[in-house]
Amino acid sequence: MLRLPGAGPRTPGHLISAADLSRDEAVLILDTAEEMARVADRPIKKLPTLRGRTVVNLFFEDSTRTRISFEAAAKRLSADVINFSAKGSSVSKGESLKDTALTLEAMGADAVVIRHGASGAPYRLATSGWIDGVVVNAGDGTHEHPTQALLDAFTLRRRLVGADAGIGRDLDGRRVTIVGDVLHSRVARSNVLLLHTLGAHVTVVAPPTLVPIGVERWPCEVSYDLDRVLPESDAVMMLRVQRERMNAAFFPTEREYSRRYGLNGERMGRMPGKSIVMHPGPMNRGMEITAEVADSDRCTAVEQVANGVSIRMAVLYLLLGGNEPAVTHSRLNAEENK
Amino acid sequence: MSKILIRGARVLGGEAQDVLIDGETIAQVGTGLPADGATTVIEAEGRILLPGLVDLHTHLREPGREDSETVLTGTKAAAVGGFTAVHAMANTFPVADTAGVVEQVWRLGKESGYCDVQPVGAVTVGLEGKHLAELGAMHDSAAAVRVFSDDGKCVDDAVIMRRALEYVKAFDGVIAQHAQEPRLTEGAQMNEGIVSAELGLGGWPAVAEESIIARDVLLAAHVGSRVHICHLSTAGSVELVRWAKSKGWNVTAEVTPHHLLLTDELVRSYNPVYKVNPPLRTEADVRALREALADGTIDCVATDHAPHPHEDKDCEWAAAAMGMVGLETALSVVQETMVETGLLDWAGVADRMSFRPARIGRLDGHGRPVSAGEPANLTLVDPAYRGAVDPAGFASRSRNTPYEGRELPGRVTHTFLRGRATVVDGNLA
Repeated sequence: MLRLPGAGPRTPGHLISAADLSRDEAVLILDTAEEMARVADRPIKKLPTLRGRTVVNLFFEDSTRTRISFEAAAKRLSADVINFSAKGSSVSKGESLKDTALTLEAMGADAVVIRHGASGAPYRLATSGWIDGVVVNAGDGTHEHPTQALLDAFTLRRRLVGADAGIGRDLDGRRVTIVGDVLHSRVARSNVLLLHTLGAHVTVVAPPTLVPIGVERWPCEVSYDLDRVLPESDAVMMLRVQRERMNAAFFPTEREYSRRYGLNGERMGRMPGKSIVMHPGPMNRGMEITAEVADSDRCTAVEQVANGVSIRMAVLYLLLGGNEPAVTHSRLNAEENK
Repeated sequence: MSKILIRGARVLGGEAQDVLIDGETIAQVGTGLPADGATTVIEAEGRILLPGLVDLHTHLREPGREDSETVLTGTKAAAVGGFTAVHAMANTFPVADTAGVVEQVWRLGKESGYCDVQPVGAVTVGLEGKHLAELGAMHDSAAAVRVFSDDGKCVDDAVIMRRALEYVKAFDGVIAQHAQEPRLTEGAQMNEGIVSAELGLGGWPAVAEESIIARDVLLAAHVGSRVHICHLSTAGSVELVRWAKSKGWNVTAEVTPHHLLLTDELVRSYNPVYKVNPPLRTEADVRALREALADGTIDCVATDHAPHPHEDKDCEWAAAAMGMVGLETALSVVQETMVETGLLDWAGVADRMSFRPARIGRLDGHGRPVSAGEPANLTLVDPAYRGAVDPAGFASRSRNTPYEGRELPGRVTHTFLRGRATVVDGNLA
């Protein structure tokens, strides 16, 4: 199994880091997601697989997109969903992560999907003994966002290998370039790990100020020159760059950032024919990506959102449900339960 | 006061000798010393007798944070760890930046009776780095402060630092600098390097420590003052101190036990028990620190004993407090990292944990040789002991040790403060 040298300890039964996944496990998730995606094409989009199970979306940070994606995923699997938003709750009044966790445990949460501003909070939740349920990291600080990486890998496989042709396969030899605020990006960390595990060749591109010290141990190339890397990229993933970074002197101005690291139509024209442009959203149009690129056929941003539901269904299903193939098994149940 | 005869202990790790304590002083050191009926005899064959340990860097938390430690519980922990004197850091509530507060801490130390407490005064009012605190008044108080530090915060303003260094020359004071460039460490959570890059935790770069040390040794040289560097943690800092010493400048430095043993790899657990400031560094740094302590570039071991209540560590990493308790495990960690590796003998341990820190703090009656006529501040160690660290048994009020369950060598069996046993057979007397 490929793992980042010295990567974090494994947390069996949870999904905390993309480094926790072996190649085969990751491919299984992608294959399962493919089956889940087909469910979405049916008149009845719901599977009974997780009926009676409770999934809690525990969001300490605002992220409507990720939360509704997990919520849709859990509901399509018939799970009961509780949304716990820390904003305006007792958490903002000083209740600790531990007490919140104990409360959820008392309510009988089978899975806790956690988004937290502190790197490592999901790992703490999974390993502290505060709760028994499954923990899914929905983004922690500047650490990781493994389901985002999975949905990105899923999108890449569909586009570059094919939905049907991709089953059972990884991303062997595909060249993926990740551009932007790598230093603060949990999306970049999870993607570098997962795409490497799946056999892709990853290059991160950023101004040197936005590349972490210590990046030399990551299983990827680092470049400061977007124009040099573009012609060799099967996919370019543009990260959201917060404008406020300018105030901490990570780059001089928005204009200069866009000029050197933004993707515009002219740059996109120098990418190989079938290559794609990805963005985890929300996009800063005019900053890291121009409207022309964002709205082009090559940009998969909207597709990624749809794929996110399938991936999260697959993750919840595999962590909570079963050992048997999801849809064959589920379809039987679905018939019985009509 | 009765007499105590310590029989057959290896004084500073040398030949087995008998040491007779009479009242508050060492009466006699020799072999075959007789004991009359009124003398308490301690059979100490195989044990090491050291001068009472001196800590230049202890957080006793009183006044203000008595939920984590008090002068009484902190000095009990010190005694258990073999210390007979500790320097109490100034970052209390209120800050020890006036004669009133340092005298209060000094008095609480006297009342505790377990260990001498030498208060450290703040360099600036409220540790805010803006205005010099009344350093002279603190020196002239009953606490007779000689060591000044804004520890926890860096005196980052170069002019304030220069003035402080100059000012304390009038009474042979020393500024103990917490070297941390504040702008380079905004949001810092751990050592900046390979591990922080993976974990996505804000980096605390070595250069933030080293740049301040470089500046301060130059300042100390310029104004002819002495400067002490707190908890030096990087290989680069070692090089700077070595260079400053080679110039003949009056620079001293300390290292904590945890920086001699632990590395930032432990942070992968996200367990805040490993969260400390300065942060745990790399294996290469640990090696450099050990070598520097062995060759004397680093003058002493100081615990940076930093008690915190359980709830401040039972949380996510970013929300946790920085710091570790260390008084009760310091000598064991030094034995493991320095003695058992052959880097330092027991005489060296006595030098780095008693003689030199006492000299830096200009502490009377501590860090003295084990010989007749000297104050009987002594620590008796069983170096053959092996045991797992059990925080439940700590004398400290706090339990935030990074060594829970870890087997460490050596145990303090007895501590004597001016002839009075504060620890007997490993238990508080």
